[in-house]
Amino acid sequence: MPEVRTEEMLINMGPQHPSTHGVLRLFLTLEGEIVKDVRPYIGYLHRCFEKHTEAMTYPQVIPYTDRMDYLNSMSNEWSYVLGLEKLMGIEVPERVEYIRVVMAELQRIASHLVALGTYGNDAGAFTPFLYSFIDREKVLELFEITCGARLLYNYFWVGGLSHDIPANFQSKVKAFIKEFEPNIKMYNDLLSYNKIFIERTANTGILPLDVAINAGATGPILRASGLKYDLRKDEPYSIYHKFDFEIPVAEQEVGTVGDSWNRYMVRIKEMVQSLRIIEQAIDNIPEGDVSSAVPKRVKPPVGEIYSRTETPKGELGYYIISDGSLNPYRVKARSPSFVNLSILPKISKGHMMADLVMILGSLDIVLGCIDR
Amino acid sequence: MDINDVYNLLKKVFEDGIGELKTGIPVEDCIYVEAGKIEAVCFFLRDEERLQFDALMCLSGVDKDKTTLTTVYHLYSYALKHRLTIKVDVPKDNPVVQSVYQVWSTAEWHERESYDLLGIKYEGNPDLRRILLPEDWEGHPLLKDYKVQEFYNGMKVPY
Repeated sequence: MPEVRTEEMLINMGPQHPSTHGVLRLFLTLEGEIVKDVRPYIGYLHRCFEKHTEAMTYPQVIPYTDRMDYLNSMSNEWSYVLGLEKLMGIEVPERVEYIRVVMAELQRIASHLVALGTYGNDAGAFTPFLYSFIDREKVLELFEITCGARLLYNYFWVGGLSHDIPANFQSKVKAFIKEFEPNIKMYNDLLSYNKIFIERTANTGILPLDVAINAGATGPILRASGLKYDLRKDEPYSIYHKFDFEIPVAEQEVGTVGDSWNRYMVRIKEMVQSLRIIEQAIDNIPEGDVSSAVPKRVKPPVGEIYSRTETPKGELGYYIISDGSLNPYRVKARSPSFVNLSILPKISKGHMMADLVMILGSLDIVLGCIDR
Repeated sequence: MDINDVYNLLKKVFEDGIGELKTGIPVEDCIYVEAGKIEAVCFFLRDEERLQFDALMCLSGVDKDKTTLTTVYHLYSYALKHRLTIKVDVPKDNPVVQSVYQVWSTAEWHERESYDLLGIKYEGNPDLRRILLPEDWEGHPLLKDYKVQEFYNGMKVPY
């Protein structure tokens, strides 16, 4: 038999490629179909967020935070205003806290629905994508009747909110919960426990817990590796201590702890918990004025803070330095997707190239958040 | 352990490698460390049983003033649930800091970002290239005296 010539192949995946979830370029070293090395190249969506903040007043930064992780704008804003409120010592009215919790949890559901739909799409299951976008649309409608915007809200202000919720908001949210709750079972039947889907995702891209912590993984990625850690419980901010909810972690149900399937499944289970939180909060929103604590001028004292919250993607932190003027001296955004993507080379070596798409999808990255 | 205990412990082990302890600024206290000692200090912070800072939450570069650049490390311990802020000052004419990539691999991309936007060089980082900007970009935008280049590959930049 004649000798077969073999050599490594260098291939560009992206920057324009449907399974890279945005403009991301992966530089692959392949040996046949086996991935030897992955080098992510990012920056295609860099919009100089951090430089821009230095030329703006504090409230002007909020719309820019919306545009970082554009599937998740409410949570982006929250982390930022929370830091400023702590820095300035602003006590936020109870009503505002409740509305913020409801909004952030609705946003979590919307974000996870996109993760679910696009992930199914990656695996070749197109139908769940259509259903999940129908459900997401209902959430976006709730945001729209509240603040007029579907995606980029500028809703959380320092000390309060831009608008109060409309009179029919509570009944609409309850109607949404009623409609959405049975759909989670549908998603599980359609996708989560689908044999083909499990074959594609279980036991691929296993991320051991010690590597996850050392590499800075947060959010569903960390919990899928087996650590029961959620900032809402372990470093409670706002009024999360008042609610009764579980933190889903990976169990030995399907596949291995830390694999792609578990990363996906943690998100599904989180949606159930988000619904629980909304149910508890929606009927207890106290009366009050949502803008009573909004300062006329946002001028924090000299100081600095690192404030972080649990967004659907993981820990979003802002390191804000104030020099006592109306503009921030420095705002650094620690984006969860940025750190989670940096783990990709560690967990994809030795896998087939087709699996790489599933591993990348399971990290649920948003390039706007990575490139800022 | 509160920050004073951590500071005293570090001072006992590393003596001159540890700078001052800054408390009283609103919200967060921090400890200054020498640029050439940061890796050893971080290994100690991670491995010492009473501290166990197993995660690096955030690494940020800051243009502190006309002569100094700062790297800020926000550490967290999942094991003991406490946090700590470490700062390293370097002069602008020789901005070299030891990399902490070996301690927490999170640092690799964060250090690249800090290098990209502020020009701080991290000695020991395995892949210290620009990360957000194109590789042939000139200058480091987050410096306060940064002026954008007029042309980039024949394209006019400022509008």
